[in-house]
Amino acid sequence: MKIVIMGCGRVGSRLAARLSEEGHDVTVLDVRPDAFRRLPSNYKGKKHIGNGIDQDVLARIGVGEADVFIAVTQGDNRNVLATQVAKHIFGVSRTLCRIYDPIREEMYRGLGLETISPTVMGANVLHDLLSAGAPAGEEA
Amino acid sequence: MYVIIVGGGKVGYYLAKELLAEPQHEVLIIEQDAAKCERIAEELGDIVLRGDGCEAATMEIAGFGRADMVIAVTGDDEDNLVSCQVAKVKFNVPRTVARINNPKNQEIFQRLGIDTTVSATGAILAQIEQELPTHQMIPFLSLGGGLELVAVKVPAEARAVGSAIKDLLLPDESMIVLVISPDGLPRMPTPETTIAIEDEILAVTRRENEDALRVVLTGPA
Repeated sequence: MKIVIMGCGRVGSRLAARLSEEGHDVTVLDVRPDAFRRLPSNYKGKKHIGNGIDQDVLARIGVGEADVFIAVTQGDNRNVLATQVAKHIFGVSRTLCRIYDPIREEMYRGLGLETISPTVMGANVLHDLLSAGAPAGEEA
Repeated sequence: MYVIIVGGGKVGYYLAKELLAEPQHEVLIIEQDAAKCERIAEELGDIVLRGDGCEAATMEIAGFGRADMVIAVTGDDEDNLVSCQVAKVKFNVPRTVARINNPKNQEIFQRLGIDTTVSATGAILAQIEQELPTHQMIPFLSLGGGLELVAVKVPAEARAVGSAIKDLLLPDESMIVLVISPDGLPRMPTPETTIAIEDEILAVTRRENEDALRVVLTGPA
């Protein structure tokens, strides 16, 4: 699959490395060249410097032919704009969008975007851990 | 009308000021930066709320639910988009206006239901295109009565090349008044004058016939 990842932070770089390792055609995009240092040295995918909310940049890196577009920059609104451009302008069939703000995330899910909120997920995981009680052998 | 302006920069400030001059409007600016908020409050009064205009909690306090219009004029297209989308979807604001910086964003904003987009970049580009038309016909002078003096250079591929003036199908009330050869020599046109490559032609035409004249003189064979 041809996968474009916008944002080469901790999540983006990890995801890019893993998908590339699995044999996918991966392109990762970031505005800051030093972001790519997070990629492992054996990363075989493509790297592009550019702003993913600029349609010219998305066209140049071939988002029109991508099967998947994933937006994981630090900015919720940037992710929202780029994802909707990928979906509605470039016709990418599968788009994933990270939105930290749970309220915005819920709204955009309602509008048909495939979204995740690490805020909600993180809180849920921590809550579940706490509810499950301390692991055996540890003081409460 | 209750108008909420998202973004208290220069555009937001002057917009609010103009709207406040009309007593029928109630205006609120949402701005994140404390210093900008302070300046707006000092100059325009208690019409500013400090906060994120994309954050539902702030929008609730600002009263988006009863807003007649939301105008998002921050410097970032993505923030303006999200403010307007949340205003529409969550708060049913009847009219949303977004400032866009990248004119290419106009289509996606409209598709996503933003009622109006305003792009300074786009407006300036349109102005430039008007000033420097891509076709090579230059309007020189308005002669009154809707007539214009125009100049155009004949490109090599033009159908008119090699034709006598009497054989050109000029639009109504259009007349070739001077032909200047590439070497700079002016020629008084007669019906027998033939048009050559790179001739500069001065013509009088009606403004509405400008395009038709351009096609006759520069249109490809």
